[in-house]
Amino acid sequence: MSTAARRPTDGPDGGTSVTETVIRLEDVGKSYGNVRALHGINLDVRQGEVTCVLGDNGAGKSTLIKIMAGLHDYTEGRMLVHGQVTHFGSPRQALDAGIATVYQDLALAPLMSVWRNFFLGKELHGPLGMLRVAQMKQIADSELRKMGIVIPDLDRPVGALSGGQRQCVAIARAIYFGAKVIILDEPTAALGVKQSGVVLKYIVKARDAGLGVVFITHNPHHAFLVGNRFVVLKLGEVSLEAKRDHITLEQLTGEMAGGDELTALEHELRDLHP
Amino acid sequence: MTTATADEGDGRVAARPAYARLLSFPAIGALIGAIAVFVLFMAVAPPFRAIDNSGTILYQASTIGMMAVPVALLMIGGEFDLSAGVAVTTAALAASMIAWQWSLNVWVGVLLSLVLALGIGWFNGWLLQRTKLPSFLVTLGTFFILQGCNLAVTKLVAGGVTSPRITDIDGYDSAAAVFASDISIGGLHLEITLLFWLVLTVVAAVALTRLRIGNWILASGGDEASARAVGVPAARTKTGLFMFVGFCAWLLGMHTLFNFDAVQTNMGIGNEFIYIIAAVVGGCLLTGGYGSVAGASLGALIYGMTNLGITYAGWNPDWLKTFLGVMLVGATLINTFVRRQAAKR
Ligand SMILES: Nc1ncnc2c1ncn2[C@@H]1O[C@H](COP(=O)(O)OP(=O)(O)O)[C@@H](O)[C@H]1O
Ligand SMILES: [Mg+2]
Repeated sequence: MSTAARRPTDGPDGGTSVTETVIRLEDVGKSYGNVRALHGINLDVRQGEVTCVLGDNGAGKSTLIKIMAGLHDYTEGRMLVHGQVTHFGSPRQALDAGIATVYQDLALAPLMSVWRNFFLGKELHGPLGMLRVAQMKQIADSELRKMGIVIPDLDRPVGALSGGQRQCVAIARAIYFGAKVIILDEPTAALGVKQSGVVLKYIVKARDAGLGVVFITHNPHHAFLVGNRFVVLKLGEVSLEAKRDHITLEQLTGEMAGGDELTALEHELRDLHP
Repeated sequence: MTTATADEGDGRVAARPAYARLLSFPAIGALIGAIAVFVLFMAVAPPFRAIDNSGTILYQASTIGMMAVPVALLMIGGEFDLSAGVAVTTAALAASMIAWQWSLNVWVGVLLSLVLALGIGWFNGWLLQRTKLPSFLVTLGTFFILQGCNLAVTKLVAGGVTSPRITDIDGYDSAAAVFASDISIGGLHLEITLLFWLVLTVVAAVALTRLRIGNWILASGGDEASARAVGVPAARTKTGLFMFVGFCAWLLGMHTLFNFDAVQTNMGIGNEFIYIIAAVVGGCLLTGGYGSVAGASLGALIYGMTNLGITYAGWNPDWLKTFLGVMLVGATLINTFVRRQAAKR
């Protein structure tokens, strides 16, 4: 069974194809009835790169990842997955295409142990469904260690882990079970500085292992620490698209905060408190 | 950035103390409770120490335990079954009246009753999925439906509130040997339900902790949406659990039928709560996703010891239900406390 799961470090492609584009969006748009949530989105998700998607509340970030994760279909443009025009009918189909999504609510059962959660739905078992407990614990342990997460007792319930560790278990699981692209929906939003660091390190490790990472965030500082390319959404459209070399943290922060709008606000506030 | 220690270094997650590991067994509270109840009645109730009374206590415990086991699994899977008590009576009535009405071999009635009991379980699961209502409500409906059927159909067929006697029907002897035999070992009188109970406990405990289906049960009860998202067939798992309750209700129903040869239509009402109490005392969370089969069986043993211990001690048995209620609340508090300790970092 374990042969079916691809490990990131011994994948067949090695380092040669790290810049391969896995997902390409061309003028993609999405309307909910007469609400146009997304319009004219162009985006490349490549292996070995972290693509950061930033934007204010309601900008369309979640809608964008739901399209790639197979929860919603798009209504304009086209989405290419491995070069093929693709419409996902379900999250299952996206998973089968190697696109795994880790939502903020994580898809972990809090009272179950770490190793049971790691293998949930993909248990290693012998005849009559007998679980291979020792083997699963060993794999979970080595996969987590490989990515820098050390959990001394894998029988501990997932709910007892820190928020950062929980995120990492969910991501490690997606990677172990063959994801080529992982989409992370605001993984650092609910975390403190230290725990965010754990997750950000993990994102870098996943990238270096050759995965494509789509990192959704509010936080330009977090994005700038790990991102290779940045897409800022505003009211459902791309307001800025840049590679890391072509942008500074100040520009990114300014774009996020809505540059001009912030200056206007500053003036307004100054008028209120002379 | 390159050091491999992400969280290890802060020293708070290192080793869990031994007592925390011990407390992380869900059944630990029930084990302590069973020992306490045992010691109590050994001290205050002389008849409790008599060997022939042990058989009676174990019989009581086994008839509760046979149902507490599947009810506990179902609760760990996140659902309730309030029809579990009357379903036992339905199974027994169905077997006897099918065989009696059409003058069939009693085994035909026994097998059709099995189909019926599994069907009731399946219906509960199906109704739950279709209506998306809480199982508490869905099975409350089934509880009343079955209770009405038990009375009405029996009156129609047998003309009273007791099922017809089946001792003269073909196949009675072999069926009685299977479902209601007993043995005596040196003054200790043991009914076959003890064997049923032990086998069910072992099978269910192994399934929960060592089989893939156990993982699915824990996940379906713990976080159904998440379980579905990673490909766990939560709906089928739950329907299977309801059908397991149905199977055990049938087994206990057959024992009841062949042990007493006739069944009262109002039997079993209220027992569903005793099964749930045994499961909760055994460490099952009402919210699902956590619990123990062995714990539920210990809960049944506590019930058996208490039920008879109160009588043996010469106390007024009218207080039994009060005692059970106190025990339920107490056990829930202890289990909640224990779980917090176990989860502590
Ligand atoms: N299921 C839906 N039905 C109708 N409108 C929706 C739905 N989901 C999102 N929207 C709208 O689409 C826009 C983008 O939302 P969303 O993608 O959730 O933004 P973000 O994740 O960036 O906060 C919002 O105006 C929101 O109200
Ligand atoms: Mg969102």
